Amino acid sequence: MEDVVISVLHRTMVAGTPLLLGTVGEVICERSGILNLGVEGVMSVGAVVAFIVTYITGSPWLGLLAAISAGMILSVLHAFASVTLQANQVVSGLALTMIGLGLSGMLGKPYVGKPLAVKMNDVAIPWLSDIPFIGPLFFKQSPFFYMAIILALAAWFFLERTLPGIKVRSAGENPRATETQGVNVTLLRYACVITGGAFSAMAGAHLSTSYSKSWIEGMTAGRGWIVIALTIFSLWNPGKAIMGAFLFGGVFVLQYLLQPIGISPNFLAMLPYLATLLILLAMSLRDRRRLNAPAQLGEPYKRGER
Amino acid sequence: MRKIETLEMVNISKSFQGKFANQGINLKINSGEILGLLGENGAGKTTLMNILYGLYQPDSGEIKINGKNVRITSPIDSIQQGIGMVHQHFMLIQNHSVIENIALGYYKTPFFFPKIRIHEKVVEFSRKFSFAIEPYKKVWQLSAGEQQRVEIIKALLNGADLLILDEPTSVLTPQEIKELFRILNDMKNEGHMIILISHKLDEIMDICDRVTVLQKGKIAGHADTAGMDKKSLARMMIGRDVLFNVNREPLPKGEQVLKVSNLHVLGDKGISAVKDVSFDVFANEIFGIAGVAGNGQKELAEAITGIRPVRSGTVFAGLKNITNMSPRKIYDHGVSHVPEERIKFGIAPGLFLYDNAILKQHHLKKFSRKMFLEYGRIKNHTRDLVDSYNVAAHSIEVQIRNLSGGNIQKLILGREISEKPSLLVASHPTYGLDVGATEYLREQLLKRRREGGAVLLFSEDLDEIFELCDRIAVMFQGEFTGILDSSDSEKLSDIGLMMAGSVRY
Ligand SMILES: Nc1ncnc2c1ncn2[C@@H]1O[C@H](COP(=O)(O)OP(=O)(O)OP(=O)(O)O)[C@@H](O)[C@H]1O
Ligand SMILES: [Mg+2]
Repeated sequence: MEDVVISVLHRTMVAGTPLLLGTVGEVICERSGILNLGVEGVMSVGAVVAFIVTYITGSPWLGLLAAISAGMILSVLHAFASVTLQANQVVSGLALTMIGLGLSGMLGKPYVGKPLAVKMNDVAIPWLSDIPFIGPLFFKQSPFFYMAIILALAAWFFLERTLPGIKVRSAGENPRATETQGVNVTLLRYACVITGGAFSAMAGAHLSTSYSKSWIEGMTAGRGWIVIALTIFSLWNPGKAIMGAFLFGGVFVLQYLLQPIGISPNFLAMLPYLATLLILLAMSLRDRRRLNAPAQLGEPYKRGER
Repeated sequence: MRKIETLEMVNISKSFQGKFANQGINLKINSGEILGLLGENGAGKTTLMNILYGLYQPDSGEIKINGKNVRITSPIDSIQQGIGMVHQHFMLIQNHSVIENIALGYYKTPFFFPKIRIHEKVVEFSRKFSFAIEPYKKVWQLSAGEQQRVEIIKALLNGADLLILDEPTSVLTPQEIKELFRILNDMKNEGHMIILISHKLDEIMDICDRVTVLQKGKIAGHADTAGMDKKSLARMMIGRDVLFNVNREPLPKGEQVLKVSNLHVLGDKGISAVKDVSFDVFANEIFGIAGVAGNGQKELAEAITGIRPVRSGTVFAGLKNITNMSPRKIYDHGVSHVPEERIKFGIAPGLFLYDNAILKQHHLKKFSRKMFLEYGRIKNHTRDLVDSYNVAAHSIEVQIRNLSGGNIQKLILGREISEKPSLLVASHPTYGLDVGATEYLREQLLKRRREGGAVLLFSEDLDEIFELCDRIAVMFQGEFTGILDSSDSEKLSDIGLMMAGSVRY
């Protein structure tokens, strides 16, 4: 029995990993005031690039690096549209998703159905992984898992306890006031969007080189959208995102687990969004300001106006 | 040695939508000088200073520091040159704490743990300066006066060589203004240069060495304050004589318009902000509430006008119990409101002038029929307001956010007074108005009084309170330390002590 529990929880951690990576990136991006709905597309490109490079070089780490670079480059498009051109961020983000999905499908065509010879192997942390129950859950995981947790904590620390963190949050709240304090809002927002892209691509790399070791079109399966929901669910706080990601990861696992006993996976797939709505409802009933949404999220900032 | 010895603006022009806000402006200032910048609402003062600070780009003209041309394309450049600015519309992040707001722009803020590590410095600075601030309060919880303190501290901490202050004292108390001016004088003696924009001519006379007057975007003249007085300054500004003193003739007390009994109201942190306050206001009366910002005035005004829930106690407008009614219902019962935070509560910044002219009034018969607005009439009404309150705007079809601060205020005042409310609750109504507009507003308030209306006036400006009010209540830590008759000069001389809570009547 204990084995079953451990196995389910372990798979929950695995399923939550890409969600956490994506969410941390999106939190940073949105905290600076830019809404990026392109996560699904960037994740997909990250997955295919990581796969191809790993397939060719045999190194999943090179694959990861390549994926991150691809994610960053792709996000520049969104940054350019929303920061420089001050375009509608919803439209630009959706376009990014389309581009990303199309691009990854095209690039990946020759690789469909080919398995990787090497994948990103799980790493057991000495000593800690021997602790009963906890050990196998938290300390016998893929490097992506450790990176996700560390990056989430680091992002929290960055946003809440450093000066550039204050600048990022200020830019999302009131870009004009931020600029008057001598902050280059344009540069800052570019950096945040690009960072967000790097995180999304990492999440993709996890899917194709660790979670599974193959590429199929559409393998991101809506995770990018769950990331958007999770960002809200965790109230734009990377710390809370850790909880949220593994909660939503659990739902993923349940989809497979409960299917045999007649619970529709479609119903479960709906749960993350439902949970997000409920959280929003509950929080806004309590106190609107506690929601924490950046005040200028999604609003183009035009310099030199009032 | 300072980085800036002299600063020149040469032939600066800037237009918005084809209309000049600044035209061919030349300005020079040397270190160790305080220059006053004067002009009517909409004359272009803020625009000019925003150009200097890098927020706007001029259409033509150049800026010279120590005789050399400099390019200032953003505040990053101007800060680097040694320029600092206190903005007319506070540049504060509402959802952040005071300390985060200060950390954002303070040049000494460390990378790690910024809030904790500058905390002490900030508290010490504000104490030295007797500017009380609560570092961990969120800005949205602060009154306008408290926000102004934060805005000033932000600029002073950085100790710029050229400090621009755009109406820094509009909602400060006389005591705070004195402190600020003491610091400015110290800075001047250390060789800093300061540009001060203010509509309070006494202040200008008090602290400035020279003044430059703008009129409709152009320089109307320069003068040394030594050879000037208030009257001549005003004449330079608006081209006619201004009456500084109003004539408040005695009137018999009318019927009761507002009765507040045992009112308790919570502040934003859930701590009680108004404690057991009772008073009444009668027709033909202006009732003033004086006090240092942050002593519950904001909460009291908001509770009466329905923006903030009343914890216990009652508010009656005439015979009608309006306690905890919606703002709209309260408005329908004849209570109108000029809020202290005009941008946040007074207007919808992105809407046109004519939309803003009928906020809260759209449902009145004269502006709408059934579901549909009567834009023809609305626009006519707006034109009337713009004319009578002398609102400087290119047209009534511009977003109201593009108006200058004083002109926004004029429109709000016109809107709230024109429907002849039985009670006008006004917080800092002359906030940002030029001398001509202030004179006009005071006339309007007194006219309401004469016509049987009543005004509940919140202000930090004691002169204004003394001049306009029949009775004056002093507020300290959520309580009234006394209600005085404005003819009672003996007790009135203690008003400073009452504001500090050490004397009660
Ligand atoms: N961004 C903008 N877009 C359009 N018009 C603007 C803009 N900024 C300023 N203006 C216009 O320029 C003129 C000058 O405005 P400015 O704010 O400089 O006046 P001001 O002298 O500071 O007045 P006040 O004393 O009321 O603050 C006004 O008519 C205003 O409507
Ligand atoms: Mg101005």
